Amino acid sequence: MLPATTTRSRPAIVAGALLLAACSVPDTPAEIHDPHESYNRVMHNVNTSFDTVALRPASQVYGNVVPQPVRTRLDNASRNLGLPAALVNKLLQGKIEEAAENGFRFAINSTLGLFGLFDPAQDFGLEENEAGFGDTLAVWGVPEGAYVVLPLFGPSTERDSVGFVVDIATNPVGALFGSDAKDANIGLTVTERLNFRYSFSQTVDSILYDSADSYAQLRLFYLDNRRFQLGQITDDGISDPYGDLYDGLYEE
Amino acid sequence: MMASMKSDLTRRTFVGSAVAAGALTAKPALALSSNEARRLIDRVVGDINGVINSGKSQNSMFRDFEGIFRRYADVPTIARSALGPPARTASKAQIKRFSDAFTGYLARKYGRRFREFIGSKIRVTGARKVKSFQEVQAVANLRGQPPFAISFMVSDRSGSDRFFDLLIEGISLLKSERAEIGSMLDRRRGDIEALISDLTKAG
Repeated sequence: MLPATTTRSRPAIVAGALLLAACSVPDTPAEIHDPHESYNRVMHNVNTSFDTVALRPASQVYGNVVPQPVRTRLDNASRNLGLPAALVNKLLQGKIEEAAENGFRFAINSTLGLFGLFDPAQDFGLEENEAGFGDTLAVWGVPEGAYVVLPLFGPSTERDSVGFVVDIATNPVGALFGSDAKDANIGLTVTERLNFRYSFSQTVDSILYDSADSYAQLRLFYLDNRRFQLGQITDDGISDPYGDLYDGLYEE
Repeated sequence: MMASMKSDLTRRTFVGSAVAAGALTAKPALALSSNEARRLIDRVVGDINGVINSGKSQNSMFRDFEGIFRRYADVPTIARSALGPPARTASKAQIKRFSDAFTGYLARKYGRRFREFIGSKIRVTGARKVKSFQEVQAVANLRGQPPFAISFMVSDRSGSDRFFDLLIEGISLLKSERAEIGSMLDRRRGDIEALISDLTKAG
């Protein structure tokens, strides 16, 4: 039985290896695919420097000067202005109920919630269903592609970078509500990022400044978190330190 | 089949040693139920909620988190897994010292993460079987933030019910510490002693 399995699996392993070599993009996103690592590391260092000199200090000022309730209101407004695009993406994904929920949420919070500063829709049990074009591409079955570090915006994948560019180019806020709303949206995106950097400063600091290899940590965090958000974590991808009897045989 | 096994001496030796190795490395699975796993994590989450809302100083919270790890986590397994292949060549005493230093490091590092949940309450929402263990799911609701998903992976393979991984929004402690300890070890050219002494200060 044992030798039979070995002979049977050998061609399968060879075929698997050939398949992996042939397509640079793995079908199942369980591993790290980072062919642009040397470029990415340079960009990661640039972004970390940007954090050190600009983002981190600005977030500290923002967090210390602006009271927490105000920061939360501005985050609400920012997320509210993301709803029209999320609605469109949910429609593109065929998730009609979630799209409708985003629509009702936007209508209630933009009016009763004073331009989205408050979140009365929560009291109606209306959840926010975040979605960008990167998510839509994933739902359509577009593979994740390689890991990419974007200037200023940080970790992404080839698929999410395309989504990100499309999100910026097609955000309906300006077309629907005029250029003031568009400007407000850009400003609120900045305050939301500052508040995130402030609220989770210890975690972000520990990843960026205390890790032995902050690049590798951030890459792992981004990919695992992204796959989790997209519901792409399979049981096979969950670590089992008890079952890893042969763990390490194939490493290094 | 029995006959062929008896006649095949090498195969028998192989099977015998595999069973022996299995008996040494892994105790038989005691079939942990979702309810049992959930009960354990209810206690863990209760303790974490108590710590993050205690208003204590950062250092005393870190001590409390270390106690939580020691009481409820399978620290030796997490430590061995984080150390990776070098765990096989290290001495028993060395692994013990590594494991101790690693526990303090985990408590400080993840204590910081949980401190950012101050003011919120973590709530257990469900449990399901994965492979040979249980995943217990929980959420942390923070004011003005979308809820955070937290998962605890629980197993009884150590001989008692313990969690061996903690995932926050899909990010696994076990996986990130494997990568991180691996990088730390590379930087110290594989010197476990240097790693141990640095770990007592890190996190």
